[in-house]
Amino acid sequence: MNTSPADSGILDQRHLDVADGQRRAFMNSSSTDSGMRDQRRLDVVRKQRIQDFIFHKLTLSFSLIVLISLIGILVSLALVAWPAFQKFGVEFIWRVEWDIINEEFGAAISIFGTLASATIAVLIALPLSFGIALFLTETCPVWLRRPLGTAIELLAAVPSIIYGMFGLFIFAPLFAEYGQPALQSTLGQMPLIGPLFGGAMNGIGILAAGMILAFMILPFIAAVMRDVFEIVPPILRESAYGVGCTTWEVVRHIVLPYTQQGVIGGVMLGLGRALGETMAVTFVIGNSQRLSASLFSPGSSIASTLANEFGEAADFHLSTLFALGLLLFVITFVVLAGAKILIIRTERAKGLKT
Amino acid sequence: MKSVIRKFTVAAASALTMISATHAADITGAGATFPYPIYAKWAEAYKKATNIGLNYQSIGSSGGIRQIRAKTVTFGGTDAPLKAAELDKDGLVQFPSVLGGVVPVINLEGFKPGELKVTGEVLAEMFMGSISKWNDAKIAALNPGKKLPDQSITVVHRADGSGTTFIFTDYLTEVSSAWKDKVGKGAAVKWPAATSVGGKGNEGVAANVNRVKGAIGYVEYAYAKKNKIPHLQLRNRDGKYVDPSDKSFAAAAAGADWFSVPGMGISLVDQKGAESWPITGATFILMYKNPVNKADAQEALKYFDWSFKNGDQMALELDYVPLPDVLTKAIADKVWTQIAK
Repeated sequence: MNTSPADSGILDQRHLDVADGQRRAFMNSSSTDSGMRDQRRLDVVRKQRIQDFIFHKLTLSFSLIVLISLIGILVSLALVAWPAFQKFGVEFIWRVEWDIINEEFGAAISIFGTLASATIAVLIALPLSFGIALFLTETCPVWLRRPLGTAIELLAAVPSIIYGMFGLFIFAPLFAEYGQPALQSTLGQMPLIGPLFGGAMNGIGILAAGMILAFMILPFIAAVMRDVFEIVPPILRESAYGVGCTTWEVVRHIVLPYTQQGVIGGVMLGLGRALGETMAVTFVIGNSQRLSASLFSPGSSIASTLANEFGEAADFHLSTLFALGLLLFVITFVVLAGAKILIIRTERAKGLKT
Repeated sequence: MKSVIRKFTVAAASALTMISATHAADITGAGATFPYPIYAKWAEAYKKATNIGLNYQSIGSSGGIRQIRAKTVTFGGTDAPLKAAELDKDGLVQFPSVLGGVVPVINLEGFKPGELKVTGEVLAEMFMGSISKWNDAKIAALNPGKKLPDQSITVVHRADGSGTTFIFTDYLTEVSSAWKDKVGKGAAVKWPAATSVGGKGNEGVAANVNRVKGAIGYVEYAYAKKNKIPHLQLRNRDGKYVDPSDKSFAAAAAGADWFSVPGMGISLVDQKGAESWPITGATFILMYKNPVNKADAQEALKYFDWSFKNGDQMALELDYVPLPDVLTKAIADKVWTQIAK
């Protein structure tokens, strides 16, 4: 009963009381009456200590399960992936080759597809969700706030396969008919970035995958941003408005600096999901093991390659798929670690400034 | 509250025992996805007749081979037959269970099913990417009088490893030496065409072919027929142009000498016969000569025996081609007798 975290304050209080009692008991130890009472108090203390001890070990073991399974996954991935790394070495990471029959494998195509589609997704979703969160917390009429917020949360609850089906059957034809020609005739004509929008217009490909991913991660980023924007103390915000700041100035100089950490966290959550997303990407990325300059051309991501090829993979091919899985693990880890470092750095910089 | 929990536990426990009781008698198998619909249909009818069910997991041919090697299932299913040496190494026997065909399908405005004719060589060049436009002289020469559009060809292939891909690339390897040298055959290959798109499963390929203008892909016959996707007419070995149908698949299998290869793993592509559809294939069953559980193995054989005898009509309904009776009798006499009782 008294093991729930909410009760810990009361628990501490009781400990203090008991300790107090022990001291008093020591002072007038001559009295047998109070000695018996102290004995009872000591029993209570012992009982509570044991409870605390068990509680501590229990929660510790729960946390250890996470750690052990994480290490277990990593080790088992590495074990099965070992033959692939043994054959190709580190070169596996940048080899541009995926030939199952001749057993020539390299991860570059899939890594490029993963990073490109996730980057596109974040580039599109970040400004959109920033705008959404801003509108919801700063300028939205109160009656609209609730339904709009719920709608965004609902978007996050849509299963990824639905996004995939939507992407392949509805979005891709429209994108091929209107979106891609428009992009090709505008951005495609520009120097440097022109080739990114060249080639055949099928509606599916890396760009399409990035756009579908943007829809998928948008609610996550928007929801986190809205939540952190809301925790800005009203007094700060109201004071800024009071001295005549515009909404943008309040956001730029008060809300954003105050919520920086949460915003970065939200973006990383979205990026993490975009990197590992499987089903929706498999539907729209085009599943071609080929590296191309154009974002219109079909490609594959690590997750889509795994989803497509596990069923028929055997022996060495299977080992390369595990190697790909391990690389995805590493990429996700690096991204999350990078985000943490970024947060710590900004914290420090802020600490130095004040 | 407590009594509710108790009731629930009792209910759950009895449900569990019921599930395990029915499952105990089931035949277990795993493997190729291509024959899954007909195995399931046979199993449904077989269960009605004998009260013994089939638990077949359609996890793909390689998965089937893995599972039978791990001895977690009584039989494995594969579209790409194992070689004699591999069979001997594991002490397995192999026999075909049903036939089917793979069909090249297109999305080309103004062309109805079977209106466009190609040869195997031209088909291979289209999938290689060396023929990249629909109005290429080589296609036009085979289709005099037809107006072919100046449209680029988008190749649609299976993104997942598949027996369908095996049969299709087996055919391209047979008819084109360039394909044989550069690509080869397998459940998944490196598609050489510059504009090629992968779809997941037959339905993924069908969806992409339907969507992308100027697309060419390949699907199992049943998918082409069901979704009414225009197919190509192919020139067979005898020089005749044929449409895919259960008759042309059966014609391709008619002349086959199954026992010419140990393990019956013959290829049915590009067979002789005026009626033969050139991209025909069989799907195979793998079982141990010395099964761990002999009774289970016999149950599985009973299921196949029953299906071979009673399931022909069901197979035809699903656009498969049942094995001829002479062949099923030979399988029972020569192959099944090798499995220890």
